Amino acid sequence: MTWLWSNLDLVWLRTLDHIVLSLPPIVLSFVMALPLGWLANRYRPARGAILSIAGLFYAIPSLPLLLMLPVIIGTSLRSPANLIAALTLYGLALMVRVVADGLASVDPDVRQSATAVGFSAWSRFWLVELPLAGPVLLAGVRVVTVSTVSLATVGAVIGAKSLGSLFTDGFQRGIQVEIITGIVATVLLALVLDGAVVFLGRVLMPWTRRTRRIRPESIATLSRMTAVRGTA
Amino acid sequence: MIEFRSVTKEFPDGTLAVDDFSLTIPSHRTTVLVGSSGSGKTTLLRMINRMVDPTGGTIEIDGVSVASLEPVKLRRSIGYVMQNSGLLPHRTVVDNVATVPLLRGVRRKKARADALDLLDTVGLDRAIADRYPSQLSGGQQQRVGVARGLAVDPNILLMDEPFGAVDPIVRAELQQELIRLQHELGKTVVFVTHDIDEAFLLGDQIAILREGGRIAQLGTPAEILAHPADDFVASFIGADRGKRALHVESQDGSDVLVDADGRPAGVLVGRRSGTGPSDPSGSSDLSSRARSDAALDVTAEGLPL
Repeated sequence: MTWLWSNLDLVWLRTLDHIVLSLPPIVLSFVMALPLGWLANRYRPARGAILSIAGLFYAIPSLPLLLMLPVIIGTSLRSPANLIAALTLYGLALMVRVVADGLASVDPDVRQSATAVGFSAWSRFWLVELPLAGPVLLAGVRVVTVSTVSLATVGAVIGAKSLGSLFTDGFQRGIQVEIITGIVATVLLALVLDGAVVFLGRVLMPWTRRTRRIRPESIATLSRMTAVRGTA
Repeated sequence: MIEFRSVTKEFPDGTLAVDDFSLTIPSHRTTVLVGSSGSGKTTLLRMINRMVDPTGGTIEIDGVSVASLEPVKLRRSIGYVMQNSGLLPHRTVVDNVATVPLLRGVRRKKARADALDLLDTVGLDRAIADRYPSQLSGGQQQRVGVARGLAVDPNILLMDEPFGAVDPIVRAELQQELIRLQHELGKTVVFVTHDIDEAFLLGDQIAILREGGRIAQLGTPAEILAHPADDFVASFIGADRGKRALHVESQDGSDVLVDADGRPAGVLVGRRSGTGPSDPSGSSDLSSRARSDAALDVTAEGLPL
């Protein structure tokens, strides 16, 4: 344990590194998944192809992907950008399906009514369909958040500093506490970011918090109906 | 004035929803399109705001073909009220009512203030302004839907079975409310329903539709009741079952209205008992009402629907 107390500042630095590596892929994969998910939902024939191809990215093992990306997009192997690109791809693999499903979950009556009162296709997407897909998107972003935080540790292998560096370093130097610290800190960070995403969801989607209240009018109606029954 | 000229709608799968439909819908009146499912009534309604484009014929509003108008702009100028209210579940009541003015670029503060006024107009308490639609009863949601339809003060109000999903008592309230509103506002209302009683209650002009949007009969409620065009119409309005054929029987000194099956349908009011139907001095409510639907007059007398 003495290792932990004397290296708290190192753990903190690696946590910050980890956040810097994790947040961009979470945000980027969400943003990039929007048009792809929209396409998959809008054009049924394209749906299968888009979702399968996106899903396949998740099946690529992380190390080969980190080696391939510099060749394909010209990042340097050991740069954070290389890791961020790889993590974005993994996030995208999950989010495209989530966006397609989320948009499909929007009540067709609401969509039609929005069109009927004069939303253009563009304003309807941003002001109606996207917010209403929100709960499904939120669930997806939570999975991507936790998965990205966990996957980011692999960066240690190519030299991108993160909490994962604590495992590799601890392993090489035989410091068990350092390995355990790396694992626990990664899990804690995942939980904290997940909590932040949930909080953000509650702020952005206030309507999902309000539960149905007792309806005064229907009670009045009920009593009137029973009154009518009684006299008829 | 809205004019349908030989309008046809064939869907891509070959279904002929509407075949050669022509109708003139006068301004500031309520026209009801009534028919069973498959009569094309909703399709016809949606052609007015270009939710559906006809495959043949033209629709004109005050002489301008709707095909020449930009759909989004056209829709923002026409009120639309649908079944299950069609409110946006993620927006509060006041924001729902203000939706279309905001889309048209009205300032937020003004749009919200106007929306609150509209809640008064449709008989809703301003206290519900900040609730979400799911927190309202079905009847309240429909009222919000009507308020939203009126938000841009449109000349035309399209109503697609707006009261179809609420219970009979709330429906009756909403119908009365619409009659009151229409009396005050005088919109050109096009109302779609499958309920002939609702059609007789609300319509100044009624088009009874058969499948494929063919007009079985067009007329005022009184004209249709007095002279059903054919057996289909007679059956549709219930005349063949004697539902509409009421006669007066004296019961303990009161005049009771009885249908052809001998079932009491209500009492005759506005005339002392003992005065015969042929008495020229006694004009009964029944015969003097502009909307002379006896069956509806008697429901006001407190008999269950």
